[in-house]
Amino acid sequence: MSAIDRRPPVPRFGHGSRVPGWDVAVDLAKPPATVPDPATTPVPDELRSEIEQAMGRYPNPRSAAIPALHAAQRHHGWLPPEAIAQVACVMALTPAYLTSVASFYDMFALRPKPRHDVYVCTNITCSLLGADEIHERMIELAGDHPDLNVCSFECLGACDIGPMASVNGEYVGPINLDDCEQIARDLDKGGPVLEHKQLRFRRCADPNANPES
Amino acid sequence: MKPLIFDNIDEPGLNTLAVYERRGGYEMLRKALAMPREAVLQEISDSGLRGRGGAGFPMGMKAGFLPKGDMPKYLTCNADESEPGTFKDRELMQKSPHMLIEGIAIACYAAAITQAFIYIRGEYRLQGDILEAAIAEAYAAGYLGDGILDSGQPLSLVLHRGAGAYICGEETGLLDSLEGKRGNPRLKPPFPAIQGLYDGPTLINNVETLATVPHVIRLGGKQYAEIGVERSSGTKLVSVSGDVQRPGNYEIELGIPSREIIFGLAGGPQPGREVKLWFPGGSSSPVLTRDDLDLPYDFDSMAKAGTMLGSGAIIVVDDTHTVLEVMSKVVKFYAHESCGKCVPCREGTNWTHKMVHRIESGEATPMDLDLLASVQTQIIGNCLCVLGDAMAMPVGSMVAKFRPELEAEVEAARERAGTPSLASAGAGVPVH
Ligand SMILES: Cc1cc2nc3c(=O)[nH]c(=O)nc-3n(C[C@H](O)[C@H](O)[C@H](O)COP(=O)(O)O)c2cc1C
Ligand code: FES
Repeated sequence: MSAIDRRPPVPRFGHGSRVPGWDVAVDLAKPPATVPDPATTPVPDELRSEIEQAMGRYPNPRSAAIPALHAAQRHHGWLPPEAIAQVACVMALTPAYLTSVASFYDMFALRPKPRHDVYVCTNITCSLLGADEIHERMIELAGDHPDLNVCSFECLGACDIGPMASVNGEYVGPINLDDCEQIARDLDKGGPVLEHKQLRFRRCADPNANPES
Repeated sequence: MKPLIFDNIDEPGLNTLAVYERRGGYEMLRKALAMPREAVLQEISDSGLRGRGGAGFPMGMKAGFLPKGDMPKYLTCNADESEPGTFKDRELMQKSPHMLIEGIAIACYAAAITQAFIYIRGEYRLQGDILEAAIAEAYAAGYLGDGILDSGQPLSLVLHRGAGAYICGEETGLLDSLEGKRGNPRLKPPFPAIQGLYDGPTLINNVETLATVPHVIRLGGKQYAEIGVERSSGTKLVSVSGDVQRPGNYEIELGIPSREIIFGLAGGPQPGREVKLWFPGGSSSPVLTRDDLDLPYDFDSMAKAGTMLGSGAIIVVDDTHTVLEVMSKVVKFYAHESCGKCVPCREGTNWTHKMVHRIESGEATPMDLDLLASVQTQIIGNCLCVLGDAMAMPVGSMVAKFRPELEAEVEAARERAGTPSLASAGAGVPVH
C-alpha cells in the first residue's frame, strides 16, 4: 500500500490555511511591538558582531535580514522570540517584520526543533526512486532518536543521487532503507554521515568531461 | 564534442585559484579589460548566448537594456537553482567557482556595473562555502576589489545565501529576498534591467549563463555562435534524472537529438522498461512522450513542440509509474511554493492540489479531469509571475496527452476506495 492510499479522504471545504496560526484572533487592543530597546535586550557579542558584519556587506543594511536570521538560528538552534528580538534590536527592525520574513522560508524554524536536520527530498525524481519510503523510515527512526529533525523537502538540487537527503547540510545519496539507520547511528556518534555516499566526492557523469575517464 | 564548461572538471584543486590560473584562468578577464566595454558587449551579443536559467532570453540584449549613466547598477547571479530536476549550477559552482567569478567580472565590466551579488540557495552549503573561499582568493589576487587588475574598474562581489523558497529563483522574487524581505515577485514592467535591486538598473543572469562568458571572450562571439544550431548557439549543461541508468550532468551541443541525451549519455531506463513521459526543461515544462524522443534538443525545437528547454533539466519517467503519481508530486510542489501574493496562483495551485487528491482518494469522476484542465487554462497568463503557469502548463499537458490513462486511474482509485463504480452509477454523472 503506498503512502497515497493511506491518506484520509479529502475534507472538502473543511480546510483551513496551511499557515499555522491562521485562525488565532489578533489582539487589536495591544499596541504592535516596536524596535526592541537595546537596554533591555541583551544580545550575545558573537551574534551581534556576526549580524553587524553582515549588515556592512550591503548598500542597504536591511539586506542582511536573512543572513542575520541564519546566524541567530545557528546560535539558538531555532528562532525563539528572544532570538528574533535580538536580531530586531541589532538591525533596528520590528520583531513582526522579521517574523514575517522568517516564516516565508523553509529553513527557518519558528518552533523548537531537534538538533540534527534531516531533509529528505520527496520531490519528483526522488519520489520516482522511492523517497516516500525513505521519508517514512526516517520518521520512524526519529521516534527512537529524539535528536533527529526529519522533514520532507522539495527538490534539493541533487536528483542525480536520488533518493537523497541533506543531513545537517551534507548531501548524501542514493540512500536505501539500511542507510537510514546508518544515518541515525552516524549522527548519534558524531563525525561524518554516510561518508561513502556524500555528494562532495561524486565525479561528473559526462564521459567527455574528464580526459582519463 | 570537447566540453567548454566541463572540460577536465574533476581536476583536483580546480576550485582553488592556483589551479584555475595554471589552466589559463582570468586571462579572459585581462583580455576583456583591454577592450572597450562596448566591444565586450558586442562579443556577447554576437555569440547569441541565451539565458540558461529558464526563459532563454539573449544575454547581450538584456545587458544592452541597462541605461547608460553614473547611477549605481547591479549584477545579480541567480544561483537559487530550485527548479525540480535541475542540478547543473551546483556541480559548476562546486568544482569551478572561479569560472563563474571570472564571468561575473567580465559581464560587470561590459555593462559598467560595480556591485555584484550571487544569490545561492541556502541548502547548497558546500557550494556556498567553496564560493566564499574562491571570492576571498579573487579579492586577494586583485580580480575583485577597488580597481580590478589596475584597470580603474572597481567591483565588489557578495555571496548571499537564501533560506529555502523556490520563488526566490524568479528574478523579482530574488530581488525582494536580497533586499531582506519576503521573496514575493514584483509586477513587471518595470523590468529589473531598468529598475531592479534597490531600484537601480540590475542585470540578472543564471550561473551557467555567466560562466559561459569567459568562453565567449576566448573564442570570440562569432566563433561561439558556430557551436550549436541557429538561434540556439553554444553548449548547454543538461541535468538528466529519474528513470535512467546514468543520471547526472552532461554538457551537450545544442540541437542534438534528445534521444542521444536520454539514451546515449544517460543510458535510458532500466532494461525491459520504456520511457512513458519526460520533462524536457524542469518540472515547469509541458511533458513530452516517447514519440518525441527524436526532437532536436534546442530552444526553438522545444518551443515548436509546445514545450520549453527551460533550465535544461530532463526528468525521465518510465512505464512502471503512473501519470497520476507524477502529477500529484508536481502539483503538491507548486501549491507549497506559491508565494500567495496573487490570487490565480495561490488559489489555482491550491485547488488543483485538492482536485488531484480527490482523484487519488477515489472520489472523482472523469468530469473532474475537465474541471482540472479548465482550471489550468484559467491560471495561464493571469498570474503576477509565471509560477502559476509553471504548474498549469505541465498539468494541462498531462491531462491532454494521457487522458485515457487518467480516466482509468480515476476508476481504479474509486474501486480501491469502495466508491460505487461509474459503470453502475451511470457513467459521467458526477457524484457529489
Ligand atoms: C518560479 C520561477 C523560478 C525560477 N527559478 C530559477 C532558478 O532557480 N534559477 C535561475 O537561474 N532562474 C530561475 N528562474 C528564471 C529567472 O526568473 C530569470 O529568468 C533568470 O534568472 C534569468 O537568467 P538567464 O537569462 O541567464 O537565464 C525562475 C523563474 C520562475 C518564474
Ligand atoms: S528531486 Fe530530489 S533532489 Fe531533485
